[in-house]
Amino acid sequence: MSDNPVARRLSRVAGWDAAIIVVAILALVVAGGAVENFATTRNVGFLVLDLLPIALLALPMTLVIITGEIDLSVASTLGLTSAVLGSLWNSGMAIETIIPLCVLLGAVLGAVNGVFVTVFRLPSLAVTIGTMALFRGLAFVVLGDSAVADFPAAFTGWATGTIGDGPVPNVLVPLLVLAAVFVVVLHATPVGRAVFAAGASEQTARFSGVRVDRLKFWLFVASGAVAGLAGVLWTLRYSSARADNGFGLELAVVAAVLLGGVSIFGGKGAMPGVLAGVLLLATVQNALRLEDVSNEALNIVTGALLIVSVLLPNIGRSVRAATHRRRLRQSPTDPIS
Amino acid sequence: MSTVTTAGATAAGGRIGALLRVRELGIVLALAVLVGYTAFVNPRFLSGQSVRDILLGTAILAVLAVGQAIVIITRNIDLSVGSVLGLSAFAVGTVVQDNPGMPVFVALLLGIAIGGVCGLVNAVLVRYGRVPALVVTLGTLYVFRGITYSWAGGQQITADELPKRFLGFAGESVLGVPWLVVIALLVVAVAGVVLRNYRVGRELYAMGSNPEAATLAGIRVGRNTLGAFAVSGALAGLAGVLFAVRFGTIDAAAGTGYELNVVAAAVVGGVAVFGGSGTVWGAALGALLLTVIGNALAVLDINQFWQQAIVGALILLAIGVDRLVAARTARALKNRNGHVR
Amino acid sequence: MERQDSTPLLEVRDVTKSFGSVAAVRGCSFGLPPGEVHALVGENGAGKSTIVKMLAGVHRPDTGTLLVDGEPVEFGGPADAMDAGIAVIYQEPTLFGDLSVAENIAMGRQPRGRFGIIDRRRMRRTATELFARLGVHLDPGRPARGLSIADQQIVEIAKAIGGRARILVMDEPTAALSSVEVERLFAVVRALREEGAAVLFISHRFEEITALCDRVTIMRDGAHVSTDPLADLTVEEMVRRMVGRDLDALFPKQDVEPGAVVLEVDGLAREGVFRDVTFEVRAGEIVALAGLVGAGRSEVVQAVFGVDGRDAGTVRVNGKRVRPHSSRAAMAAGMALVPEDRRQQGLVMDLSIQRNVTLPRSGALARFGLLGGGAERREAAHWTERLRTRYGRLADPVRTLSGGNQQKVVLAKWLATAPRVLIVDEPTRGIDVGTKAEVHRLMSALAAEGVAVLMVSSELPEVLGMADRVLVMREGRLVADLPRAEATEESIMLAAMGQEVA
Repeated sequence: MSDNPVARRLSRVAGWDAAIIVVAILALVVAGGAVENFATTRNVGFLVLDLLPIALLALPMTLVIITGEIDLSVASTLGLTSAVLGSLWNSGMAIETIIPLCVLLGAVLGAVNGVFVTVFRLPSLAVTIGTMALFRGLAFVVLGDSAVADFPAAFTGWATGTIGDGPVPNVLVPLLVLAAVFVVVLHATPVGRAVFAAGASEQTARFSGVRVDRLKFWLFVASGAVAGLAGVLWTLRYSSARADNGFGLELAVVAAVLLGGVSIFGGKGAMPGVLAGVLLLATVQNALRLEDVSNEALNIVTGALLIVSVLLPNIGRSVRAATHRRRLRQSPTDPIS
Repeated sequence: MSTVTTAGATAAGGRIGALLRVRELGIVLALAVLVGYTAFVNPRFLSGQSVRDILLGTAILAVLAVGQAIVIITRNIDLSVGSVLGLSAFAVGTVVQDNPGMPVFVALLLGIAIGGVCGLVNAVLVRYGRVPALVVTLGTLYVFRGITYSWAGGQQITADELPKRFLGFAGESVLGVPWLVVIALLVVAVAGVVLRNYRVGRELYAMGSNPEAATLAGIRVGRNTLGAFAVSGALAGLAGVLFAVRFGTIDAAAGTGYELNVVAAAVVGGVAVFGGSGTVWGAALGALLLTVIGNALAVLDINQFWQQAIVGALILLAIGVDRLVAARTARALKNRNGHVR
Repeated sequence: MERQDSTPLLEVRDVTKSFGSVAAVRGCSFGLPPGEVHALVGENGAGKSTIVKMLAGVHRPDTGTLLVDGEPVEFGGPADAMDAGIAVIYQEPTLFGDLSVAENIAMGRQPRGRFGIIDRRRMRRTATELFARLGVHLDPGRPARGLSIADQQIVEIAKAIGGRARILVMDEPTAALSSVEVERLFAVVRALREEGAAVLFISHRFEEITALCDRVTIMRDGAHVSTDPLADLTVEEMVRRMVGRDLDALFPKQDVEPGAVVLEVDGLAREGVFRDVTFEVRAGEIVALAGLVGAGRSEVVQAVFGVDGRDAGTVRVNGKRVRPHSSRAAMAAGMALVPEDRRQQGLVMDLSIQRNVTLPRSGALARFGLLGGGAERREAAHWTERLRTRYGRLADPVRTLSGGNQQKVVLAKWLATAPRVLIVDEPTRGIDVGTKAEVHRLMSALAAEGVAVLMVSSELPEVLGMADRVLVMREGRLVADLPRAEATEESIMLAAMGQEVA
């Protein structure tokens, strides 16, 4: 019955996608012009390093949210892998062995979420709030409140270094590779088609031969594995394995994804928008930090952006609906046209 | 469920001493086992000071858990309570510091007011912005905390900056029961009676049980949602004052991460994550259990860091058990209707 | 409309309502005097539900007036409609599963004692009294969750009369009831009529309308067609007014010599739902699965297709066993299922036409695991064109299409998989007459090409016109296998209702 508003809403989602890209670019330009030291090679390098964990975690998170689920445990998974990395390194294991083990650990942690959601059929929100506490708690159990810092310089140097000592940070390479993979998977493979279908109508997806549970399970595994990788990179970047690494990062990740135009109810969203959302968030944070705004105060901005990203489209919809009603009331004789 | 009740809810219906629900019985049993074992290993656990510690800790967590239970029953969630607690604690601490003559009950009211405003912000965004409660309160979790940090900076309010009368409140008691505990019991009792015996309380359950039907039944869903979040905020504000009174030292980080414990207390206490069932008595029991676990770890000489992991595991266990019980009940009801359709 | 000798309890006067640019109701008027059961009929999409929602206070009319006791009323929300004495009973009951039956009945007007505390004992007593008055036995203390649909309807009615409603609006209350339950419901409605209540009764079943109602209002495409005493109308005339033309030549099944057995279902069972379901379908054959709503037909085909699991039995396609509980295995074996609920099961309403059509085939269309969009576009264009689907662009969300065109998209989606067994569940429900004929022609043509077709349908004319063989289900079991020659309305209904109807 409500044919047209829906059509308009859909086109507006595409619109939001484009808009957020424009806004992100605008934010870069404005920051570059207005904020001292923003447009320096050094700072842009930092910007990339800063957005790296958010960007990495946002990739699988986008798919998870589009299927109508959520994974709030990613930051804790990052913390736990970081703690395990430190602990294994302390125990004398080779770093070349530890790193793949950590990514595997992330995948296993993701599988735990996946089992709770798809086998026991528990709501992912509750499950991942639980594992958020569980994984973070285990991180403290593993490492306490100590820190491990003496990682080999070759690795920590790589994580903070640039390609051929030019302006491009090394870590941009794995990020771009993964981003490309996720863009292709979401937008140009049968898996991606299934992700959208499962999120927009799980029943129809099942009736169309999509193995929804299996799909969701592997998305949680992917989310965990990427969080594990992010934990490794985080540890190497700061040369510091700590149990509280990445504390609260899930907020920034969810904020970036929603800012990028993904619907919290599932079924809608696109990767370019999400990447723009990450960029926007990181730019704003970086610029404000250069303006000497404290990290904690920055949270106001992140939190507000999260709410606004959902609020704005809703307000737009209400305004449109209201004008539509008014128009109808003004022309009561011919409501059909 | 209407048949769900606990002792003390002496409704006009007259089911005095009504049955404890299995779920709450389970918690009581777990508590008994835990307390028994811990006291056996280390009798110090039942000393006056230790019990007092547990009760004071439970009081703060229970006040928060009651607010959380009310919100969850309506099929929403309030993740901002820890931040509201921090904001309220710091604000009240600052005001009391500047006005040493201020009566304690005024400080309590001030905390409630501050929390209530925070709760209303959440409520308006959920109700009028039509933003899911999860997103709103995840956002305001950081916004409120950020505001506290911006205000406090690195500054800390210490016990010797606060008037004796204010801090003394934590030590005072009526008939041997500390004021903090009395306040918490009052909160639980009032919320429990309202939820069980008043129309508005039953409407909250109805909203959580079937939101569409609630609208069709003419329930003022909007007003009730606003109320639920405002109450949750106000109680978090109250908890902030209790926090300040109890610890005396307040910085911008006060109450960080509390939201996890609060959600855990409610969920462990049998409040269904998707609304419609559970009691504030259960939530308060959940708070007691979590606090006892924390203190028992210390007494048993177990690594304190296990606490958070246990909270997480308990959440998973609680929702898992609920799902199992729900599936069982559904099957039982189905069989009772037992005809092949 | 004609004048009644008493003021109507409720009058709908020239109301219109549109959503976006779609006019759901345009100029509808009728009145309900006390003591009348008034039928509101029309095809799906005729605007009946919109009328119901306006009476319930969910929607407000764009123009026109609602009058209660002759006074114009404006409902700001459901509470206002209830205060005016209107109670709406929806097809899907709207109870609170976590709350007790007594509480459901009393919600919003619980009896209160001292300090405004709810008087639970009185609340319970009221519920017991209401059930006694309705002549049913229900425990007021039990939670509403787990009640059968019929019992939930009873609770809804108890709720309505407990709230002193004088105007009862019932939106397809019988859709999911067995005939015994329908009789019990009718007894209650007749009793209410005797007490002077006005009832607006919406149903698709003419036998129910003729058995229960005094007058009938017919709607078509949102417009009011007529309001007449039921005695003045034949069923044929009602149908003609509903669809706007005569119903003939709708079911052009070509005669096909059945080939080899393609689909074999043996001893299929699912606890509490159906059991001992055994049948086969041959190439070129159209087999109808008839029976009352709730007999378990949809559940059977969903288990055959593997969307749902099964507890016993085998399914074979061309002699090969198909793995249970896997729609992928069923698809690989050459099965396709056009489900009953188009909006929830057949389509992803927010996705584009193209994505919907190619969803089951996205794996097959991918090259090196990648989908560029071109292959999907070509496939979707081909099949939508073959089914003469009307749409703007393939990228439009499928939600924007009319019901008939949506159904064509579902058909296109499954025909694209080149099925050997096509299962269709209520293939023409809620679509316009023209499209209906097209769908029937299409099924017939597919059978002629050698596809085995299994059709679930509640429309007897469709069953009789299309099917080579009719299987009848009752209460989860196959009770009859009628060849075309023996299948008549009477024989099918007798089998479907069993002993209950003599």
